[in-house]
Amino acid sequence: MAKRIEVSGLNVYYGDFKAVEDVSMTVEPRSVTAFIGPSGCGKSTFLRTLNRMHEVIPGARVEGKVMLDQQDLYASGVDPVAVRRVVGMVFQRPNPFPTMSIFDNVASGLKLNGVKDRKKLTEVVERSLHGANLWNEVKDRLDKPGAGLSGGQQQRLCIARAIAVEPEVILMDEPCSALDPISTLAIEDLIEKLKDQFTVVIVTHNMQQAARVSDQTAFFNLAATGKPGRLIEMAPTKQIFSNPAEKATEDYITGRFG
Amino acid sequence: MSSPDGTAPPDRPDGTAAGQEEPKIEDLVHEDAGPTPRFEDLAEEHAEHEAELSAEVMTESGPEPAAADPAVAATGTAVATEPGKKMELGPVGHLGDRLFSAFARGSGGLVVLIVAFVGIFLLALAIPALADDKSSFLFSRIWEPGGDQPRFGIAAMFYTTVVSSIIAMLIAVPVAIGVALFITYYAPKRLAQPVAYAVDLLAAVPSIIYGLWGILFFAPILLPVINGLSDALGWIPLFEKPPGDNVGVVFTASVVLAIMILPVVTAISREIFAQTPIAHREGALALGATKWEMIRMSVLPYGRSGVVSASMLGLGRALGETVAVLIILSVPNGNDPWNSSIFAGGETFASKIANNAAEFDSPEKTGAYIAAGLVLFVVTFLVNSAARIIVDRSGPGGRRPRRKRGAGVAQGASS
Repeated sequence: MAKRIEVSGLNVYYGDFKAVEDVSMTVEPRSVTAFIGPSGCGKSTFLRTLNRMHEVIPGARVEGKVMLDQQDLYASGVDPVAVRRVVGMVFQRPNPFPTMSIFDNVASGLKLNGVKDRKKLTEVVERSLHGANLWNEVKDRLDKPGAGLSGGQQQRLCIARAIAVEPEVILMDEPCSALDPISTLAIEDLIEKLKDQFTVVIVTHNMQQAARVSDQTAFFNLAATGKPGRLIEMAPTKQIFSNPAEKATEDYITGRFG
Repeated sequence: MSSPDGTAPPDRPDGTAAGQEEPKIEDLVHEDAGPTPRFEDLAEEHAEHEAELSAEVMTESGPEPAAADPAVAATGTAVATEPGKKMELGPVGHLGDRLFSAFARGSGGLVVLIVAFVGIFLLALAIPALADDKSSFLFSRIWEPGGDQPRFGIAAMFYTTVVSSIIAMLIAVPVAIGVALFITYYAPKRLAQPVAYAVDLLAAVPSIIYGLWGILFFAPILLPVINGLSDALGWIPLFEKPPGDNVGVVFTASVVLAIMILPVVTAISREIFAQTPIAHREGALALGATKWEMIRMSVLPYGRSGVVSASMLGLGRALGETVAVLIILSVPNGNDPWNSSIFAGGETFASKIANNAAEFDSPEKTGAYIAAGLVLFVVTFLVNSAARIIVDRSGPGGRRPRRKRGAGVAQGASS
C-alpha cells in the first residue's frame, strides 16, 4: 500500500506565470519526505501536483511527468478524481465536513467509493480512527459533529478520513501550522506511525519538525520574487541538516536567509 | 504607592477617594459620568457635569495635584504630570453622533408604527364585518358579502392561494438551485456572468407583463402539458381536468409564478453557494470526489439554510402576487360546483380582492375583503417567521440538529 513517486522535469504554471521550474525527484515508499523552503518557493504548489489538486485553481497547468510506480499521473485518459483516491491529502487548516458527524466524516471517502455495507463502514471507521490515534478520544461521540472537536483532533480526524480510503500516498500541506505544540506533537507521532504503511510527503515551515519526522528532506528556493521556485537540494534529512551540499540550504536552515 | 518608578506625586492628600489604593480610570469615569452614559441623558446632564467638573478642578488644583493624576500614574506612563493641567477627554456624545442616533431610532420606530397601523387598520375594518358573518369565515367556500345576511368564507381562496404557491415553489426551487449551481460551479467564466444577469433581469419584468405573456403566449403552450398530466394522473382529484380547453387555470398561474420567483431564489442561492469555503470543497475533492459529489458533500450542506430562506422569500412573493394571477386565472362561474383540481380556475386572496375592488361600496362588503386580506397578511407573516426561525437555527455552514438516524449508526459503531 505504498508506492514510489518519481517526478521528472516538472514545470508548474499559473496562467503565464511559471511557479515551479524543472523539479525532478524520487520519493521512496514507506518513508517521510519533507519539503522545506521560504514562502512562495512553490513547495505547496508542487505538492498539489502530486495528486493533481492544483487543477482546482483556475489556470494552473503542469508540464513534465509524475510517475506513481510506472504509471504517469498526467497521461491522457487518467482521471484526476481517480488519482486523488490513490493519493490522499491533508490540508493546512483542519477541514472536516461541518455538517457531518465524526463517523460520517471518516466514512465519507468510502461512501464515495460506493461502500454501503454498515458493518464494513463501521469496521473501517474504527480502524482509521485507531490509525489516526483518535479512537480513544472520540469513540463515545461518533455521532457528534466533527467540527466540535479541538483543532488538533480535527486535523487527526482529517487524517483518519484520508487513510480510510487506503491511499498509496498521503500528502500533507503544513498540517501543523494551525495547531498548538501539543497537538503538533500528536500529529508528528502519527506521521511516524503512518510511514509503516504509506508514503508520506509533508510540507512544513518548521525545520525542527522536518528534522524530527522526515527521512528525506527537499529544499526549495526561488531566485527572486516573481521568479519560479526550484528544487535546490534533496538528501537524507540528517545530511541536509548537518552537512548540506548547497550554500543556500545551509543559509536557510541556519537562519541566515536573506 | 506602586507607581513603576516612584514618580507618583508624594504630596497627594490622604483623604481623597483614592485612599490607600490606586484608583482605576474606570472609577474616576464612574464618579464623573454615572454608570452607563446614555446619549439622551447627556443633553440634560451635560450642563451640570460641566459645572461639577470645573468645580472639582477648581477645588483640587492649586497646591495639590488634580484628582486625575493618580490615574495617569496608574496607566504606567509614569511621567510626572504638571499639576493643575487637565487633559481634554470630554464631553461624551458629539453632535453628529446624537443626530444619527436620533435618526436611526426614529426610523426603527417608524417601521414598527407602520406595521402596527396596517394591522390596526385591517382589524378595525374586518372585525365588524366578521361579526356579521352568517357562515364560518375560515371554513366556508361561499362568498356573498353585503346585504342583510352576509355569508362569506375564505376556504376556497385559501386553497387556491396555497396550492398555486406550493406548486410554484416545487417548480422554481429545484430549477433555481440548478441555475445557481450552474452559475457558480459549472459555467465557464464568460458564460456565468451573462446567465446571472439574465436571471436577474427576470426580476425586473413587471408582473402585468408576466400576466399578459402568461395568458396570451405561455398558456396555449402549456395546454399539452396540462392534457398530458391529466391523462396520466387524472384519477387523482387534484389533477382531474374539467371539460373544455380552459388554460386560465391554477396550474398555469403556478408555472408563471414559478418563473416570477425564480430570480430571487436563484440570486440568494447563488450567493451562498459561491461562499462555500474552499477548504470544504478541497476536502471533498482530495478524497476523490467528482464535481457533483463535491457539491453534494460540501456546497449543498453549506448552502442549505440559505436555500431554505430564499425559498421562503419566494413563497412569500408567490402568496401575495396579484396582477399576474388576476389576469391568468379564470374566475369560476358562480353556479358551478367548487373544483379542487389544479386544472380548474379559481381565485387567490389577492386576485379576489383586486377583482372586486369596484364593489367596495359598503363598509360590510369592504370589511369582508379586508378580512380576507388580513388572512393573507397573517399567512405571509407566518411564512416569513418560519423562514427566519430556520435561518437562525442554522446559519450558513452551521450545524443542523442531528437526526436520530445518525445517532443509531454511531451507537452501532461504538459497540
